[in-house]
Amino acid sequence: MYQYIIKRVLLTIPTLFGAAALVFLLMRLIPGDICLVRLGGGGASFDPKALIACHAEIGVDRPMIVQFLDFIWGICRFDFGTSMWSGKPVSTEILARLPISLEIALLATSVAVSIAIPLGAISALKQNTWIDVFVRIFAIGGIATPSFWLGIVSVLLVLDITGWATGTPWMPPIDYVPIWKDPIRNLEMAILPAITVGYRYAAVSMRMTRSAMLEVMREDYIRTARAKGLINKIIINRHALKNALLPVVTLIGIEFAFLIGGLVVTEQVFNLNGVGRLFVQAVQNQDYTLTQALVMLTVAIFVFTNLVVDLLYGWLDPRIRFA
Amino acid sequence: MRAWFLATALVTGLLTNAQAQTPKQGGTLDYMIAADGGPSLDGHKETTYAVLHATAPFYSNLIRVNPENPSSTTDFICDLCTEMPTPTNGGLTYTFKIRKGVKFHDGSPLTAHDIAVSWNRIVFPPAGVSSAREASYPMVDSIEAPDDTTVVFKLKFPTLSFMPALADPWSYIYSAKVLEKDQHFYERNIMGSGPFKFAGQEIGQAMHGVRNPDYYHSGQPHLDGFNAIFAPKQQTRVDAMRADRAALEFRGMSPTARDQLVKELGDQVTVQESDWNCGNVFTPNHKRKPFDDVRVRRALFMAVDQWKGAEALRKIAIVRTVGGIVYPGSPFAATKDELSTFPGYATDMEKSRAEARRLLKEAGAEGLTVEMLNRNVDQPYIIVGTWLVDEFRKIGVTVTQNIVPTGPWLDKMRTGDFALAMEANCQMVVNPIADSGRYLPHDIYKENFAYHDDPVQVDIYNKMVRETDPAKARVLMRAYEKQILDIGAHQLPTLWFYRVVPMRSYVKGWKIGNSHYLNQNLANIWLDR
Repeated sequence: MYQYIIKRVLLTIPTLFGAAALVFLLMRLIPGDICLVRLGGGGASFDPKALIACHAEIGVDRPMIVQFLDFIWGICRFDFGTSMWSGKPVSTEILARLPISLEIALLATSVAVSIAIPLGAISALKQNTWIDVFVRIFAIGGIATPSFWLGIVSVLLVLDITGWATGTPWMPPIDYVPIWKDPIRNLEMAILPAITVGYRYAAVSMRMTRSAMLEVMREDYIRTARAKGLINKIIINRHALKNALLPVVTLIGIEFAFLIGGLVVTEQVFNLNGVGRLFVQAVQNQDYTLTQALVMLTVAIFVFTNLVVDLLYGWLDPRIRFA
Repeated sequence: MRAWFLATALVTGLLTNAQAQTPKQGGTLDYMIAADGGPSLDGHKETTYAVLHATAPFYSNLIRVNPENPSSTTDFICDLCTEMPTPTNGGLTYTFKIRKGVKFHDGSPLTAHDIAVSWNRIVFPPAGVSSAREASYPMVDSIEAPDDTTVVFKLKFPTLSFMPALADPWSYIYSAKVLEKDQHFYERNIMGSGPFKFAGQEIGQAMHGVRNPDYYHSGQPHLDGFNAIFAPKQQTRVDAMRADRAALEFRGMSPTARDQLVKELGDQVTVQESDWNCGNVFTPNHKRKPFDDVRVRRALFMAVDQWKGAEALRKIAIVRTVGGIVYPGSPFAATKDELSTFPGYATDMEKSRAEARRLLKEAGAEGLTVEMLNRNVDQPYIIVGTWLVDEFRKIGVTVTQNIVPTGPWLDKMRTGDFALAMEANCQMVVNPIADSGRYLPHDIYKENFAYHDDPVQVDIYNKMVRETDPAKARVLMRAYEKQILDIGAHQLPTLWFYRVVPMRSYVKGWKIGNSHYLNQNLANIWLDR
């Protein structure tokens, strides 16, 4: 098992290096640069000397190979440098946004898992009944509805309903407070995005759980278990569901990793200062250092999540562990 | 729409009422900044309002636009000085006497020395320091502080453009001692002498300030503090105002957002509106055929009905006023009669477009198909661009828009990789002579992308910039404008932007200016609740 983990961790090194080289080159293919955006973006006049000084200050006037080697050397030391846009350390910029992104990802995953697995299993067990039809409609609705649209509509609905009911429209706060400082305000801000994101996430996972359960329930070992006289609860919980969860766990892992940096539009709708929004800002501002660091972070999250999923496979299916 | 008129009428009444009311002390103002978190915190270096709206309350300036009359183009008053100086030595020397007893937020005294060091950093930045507005002060020869209460600006030549340039809201006064130790301190830290003290920030999300009890303008600020929240999406800002999560945002909203807020909130919202010292400039690249031919450029200008366009676009976009190269509210601006003689300002469009088609035929450019570079910003770039495309279609010219993000948009203009472009022209304090310098040829003004040569235009500008008699300067401005819009048909300013600021009715004391960069130190704002 340990050898398996070490092998997987070592495999991340070429993956990260390849991603680093790719993002470094791609960012520099975009015409323009951060100094132009910074000085000319407002439409006001600026001094050409300021542009030269800006290039020198952030180091983009150096040869490309020097910049690349500097970047790689920084990665080796876990030092991603300073944001070209704000002048603050990249780690500070990311750490400022990570708590809200993690919180939304965790809450949305909780919402999704707590809806998807029971409903998916019930839907499979009650195949072709009205319960199954209802769950499938609910799931297809979630897949078909973009979460940002659901976000916009939910905010408007909350505003209108509270305005109608109390005379004072209410919406979630637009500035983030950490949960340890003010838990109620924090949850007020996080709960709506968690539900809107979690719904789509739940819908996808629900479909997966249902089809996996249907498949497993037709397996020979389930028939054998029934023939042995095992009670239905044990057959479902111990033998069917556990095996059916393999693809669902993979899906949850990928979705969770995506949620950390991929909630770009949802973060904008709810004014969440998360990693997804930072990603877009960094690309728009052509902030090379910050974009590079964010890509590396995303790759690292995906690699780590996949590793966790692989380890979970081992727990769920002993054959994988021993292989 | 009727609701909006009612609310506007209400605004007028409320504003008059507010002027008569005694400001109440206390309260915290929550306002939004329509942007993601800005770059560094250094006002000398940055250009985006995202920085100014978050940091101006912490700093003082030498002089400023009168916060009680910010729409005026000529009303400048002292902030740190004690009285506005009369120039001496033939308009070459300006001596400012500085307030005594002003303190930085760390308790250290602010003297004339700090002002001279800050201004020298802006006008003559030391090595390794970038000053975004260095080019705004070609007339300044030296800045000195002979003693603790005197600052002397010496000019190379007398000019009317000096005082407006000095009222630049970005010219924060920094501590000389701090700068001596670290020229980059103010990029990451805040330490000023303004009405509010820095109380913390959440990176990319919010900036917080608390009242400075030692502020030198008696009785100000009225607020206990403020929270500035970055909220880039307009719908979020509208929703936040409806739910009173924030009272306003200062940059301005679209007419549709205004109408929605007025409809939803009724008398709980007031609206202030003003012409805006910002606009788009339609620019043909003179180095590209067939736009090297003045007849083709004139034909394109002549296709545009600005007067009718203004009526239609004002309903959906943040544009409103037809103007020439000078901000329409300025005494230097052209009148309607003066403008209507230029291509692009005709009132008889049938005649104008017939002449445009004739010119195209004469130049062999009939049925022209071309691409126009534009920026991926809806309000108003894309809307104005779409309108222009339709205007050009009326003379048989097919234009498609190449809409790109800010970086590539600037890059393509700077490298000359375009045929037609929508440029931006956003200025701050209305300074007609300095502002119109952006129309000078690229060799002189590097951020003009028409890539034209015009020695006559340059000659007129050089005379105008040294003219100290406003009436004579205005005559020169007309000649300069004619050279740009008519004789050379170099560039066409499109409709000037229009600033619409809806706010919760309990916000009092703030007055809209002709630039979103002005009147942002919040000292005069109070809350009536």
